[in-house]
Amino acid sequence: MDAAERRILRDGIAIGVAVGVIGASFGVLARTAGLDPLMICAMSALVFAGGSQFLAVAVVASGGGLLPAVVGGLMLNARHIPFGLSLAPVLRGSLGRRLISSQLVIDESTAFALSQPDRRLGRRAFYTVGITLFLCWQVGTALGALAGGTIGDPAALGIDAAFPAGLLALMVPRLREAEARVAALTGAILALAATPLLPAGTPILVASAGAIAGMAVNRSRRP
Amino acid sequence: MTWSALLVLAAGTYAMKAAGPVALGNRALPPRAEAMFALLAVTLLAALVAVSTFADGRSLTLDARAGGLAAAAVAIRLKAPFVAVVAAAAATAALLRVAF
Repeated sequence: MDAAERRILRDGIAIGVAVGVIGASFGVLARTAGLDPLMICAMSALVFAGGSQFLAVAVVASGGGLLPAVVGGLMLNARHIPFGLSLAPVLRGSLGRRLISSQLVIDESTAFALSQPDRRLGRRAFYTVGITLFLCWQVGTALGALAGGTIGDPAALGIDAAFPAGLLALMVPRLREAEARVAALTGAILALAATPLLPAGTPILVASAGAIAGMAVNRSRRP
Repeated sequence: MTWSALLVLAAGTYAMKAAGPVALGNRALPPRAEAMFALLAVTLLAALVAVSTFADGRSLTLDARAGGLAAAAVAIRLKAPFVAVVAAAAATAALLRVAF
């Protein structure tokens, strides 16, 4: 393991600890919402996309019904389509391997892979972070589901602020290009503008238009 | 929540995660398409940063998370390692919540 690979592992474990704490809070919330521990753990293993799990359980708990819960969760997860497309070059391999790797496509594994300087490290980062976070998410969920309300609120520890901070840190190397800066800023503004207007999950999709703004900048610069 | 609802959410999510790796397979994309998907991913991650910092359900808020993100931005500016950036954000948000 060289220095770059050790750094990836260290950073992956750091974010994994935070993911474990959030997983525990998901377990507690889902238990409070009336899900049994087996179902809670199955959800974390099979869905493995935290935001949609919280959303679906919250909708059901508030009496919103199963269909809105599932549709809301799927809308929130639609961003994984472009994530998967952008990761395809680092996920080459046999069909079986690609099918298994796909379950590890999440926000953090995508951000870590894309922040690496080359494809070899991108691949290493994807698997290190994907596997670490998968394990932390399962263990955290199981502890929360079984321990119930004895676990405190992760917001008191600032854990909820750790995620945007981590994603921002991972994006910075990409933001050296004007194209990416314009795209990222436009996307962020569009998502915030859409937040009060559209149901959960869709503001992120609206932000895709930011990429078009970024490409327009690029084109106007080239003769 | 029922098992069938859970399985539909899981299957749909997996299909979206796997669409790129399975459909593109080991074919090399044209460099322009590859750059476009990378740009799209960065854009969506930026939107995710904004929403997970400034949104609370469907309303926009300015709370301890914004303080955490500001601390992270300073740490990044100072070229702090990743772990320190994340820790600075969490500690700042936690302190702000204790203080106010």
